[in-house]
Amino acid sequence: MSINATLIGQMITFALLVWFTMKYIWPPLFDSLEERKKKIADGLAAAEKGQEQMHLAEKKAKGVLKEAKEQSSEIVNLAQKRANELVEASKDTAKKEGERLILVAKAQIEQEKQQAKEGLRREVAALALLAAEQILSAEIDKTKHQDILSKISNQLG
Amino acid sequence: MATEAHAEGATGYIIHHLTSLSVGEGFWTLNLDTLFFSAVLGGLFVWFFKRAAEKATAGVPGLVQNFAEMLIEFVDTQVKDSFHGKNELIAPLALTIFCWVFLWNFMDLFPVDILPLIGSLMGIEYLRVVPSTDLNATFAMSISVFCLIIFYSIKIKGPWGFAKELMFQPFGPWLLPFNLLLKLVEEIAKPISLALRLFGNLYAGELIFILIALLPWYIQPVLSFPWAIFHILIITLQAFIFMVLTIVYLGMAHEDH
Repeated sequence: MSINATLIGQMITFALLVWFTMKYIWPPLFDSLEERKKKIADGLAAAEKGQEQMHLAEKKAKGVLKEAKEQSSEIVNLAQKRANELVEASKDTAKKEGERLILVAKAQIEQEKQQAKEGLRREVAALALLAAEQILSAEIDKTKHQDILSKISNQLG
Repeated sequence: MATEAHAEGATGYIIHHLTSLSVGEGFWTLNLDTLFFSAVLGGLFVWFFKRAAEKATAGVPGLVQNFAEMLIEFVDTQVKDSFHGKNELIAPLALTIFCWVFLWNFMDLFPVDILPLIGSLMGIEYLRVVPSTDLNATFAMSISVFCLIIFYSIKIKGPWGFAKELMFQPFGPWLLPFNLLLKLVEEIAKPISLALRLFGNLYAGELIFILIALLPWYIQPVLSFPWAIFHILIITLQAFIFMVLTIVYLGMAHEDH
């Protein structure tokens, strides 16, 4: 237990160990630590950025959605209005068409009535004529009294 | 000492345990056990960290790398706390000191008789397995640190700056001899206190283990178990103190007044 040459041997060993640690052990391990620290910091920053971007995108999406809703409601309103207009317009035309059809029918009826009247008149005239003819056949010459007969016939019409 | 070791009984047992395996005479004696165990432990340290360093990635670290990084980070924090200059040497030096001293001290936790017993089976008469119970080991380290302190003091402050600090502080130029004496004592106290603190703690610890080993077998566990647990704290603490004081001393050497 006294100081002896072991001291020198130990100092040499110590120097070698320190040198080795300094050269081959400390730098790679420390560098990997620093690199990992940097990586983690970068990752955290990226995550934060991503979150921020997500918030932004969410906000934007909300805005777009709102706009779209507004637009769609506007479109629906417009369409409703247009549909109402169309219904009104078609109602109008239908009414007009109906009235026209009624008028046409009335005119036709009138015409047919006239025709029927005409036919009836002619038939009555013919019947009258026939009767007159039969009454007068003996005494009246058809050709002589043509004028009178036609006058009566006209008056009947 | 070798002659004393032949004494009988408890004293003989203790002395036997505290005698180094050595060759040579006088100053040129080599404590083979100290040299061997500290070299093996140093090799273990280097091997472990080299393995971690080779596989070091910035990605997900493995178990070995994780442990190595934990120590690196721990040492780096200590260095950054008490050393503000820029020096490539200090952090690796601190790491080496911490791990190596810790491994030295850890040898203390092996049962006191087991390695000497294996040694005696191989024909080795004396074996001291804890390098930090050898003054040569602790002084070798503290003197190396002392040399670094002087080296950096001169390098950073310049020879004249360092000499001025020795002569004119803390009491000014009128008390030059007193200053010089105070400063010299202060500087020399550094390596001596470093070496003796570590040596004293571990030597005492080892001695208590040996004393416990002398007791009857049924008392031994009751005493050696708590002492071993307490010793886990001591060995770590001593390694830590040695490292931190080295950093602080070197930090002081870097401070220019």
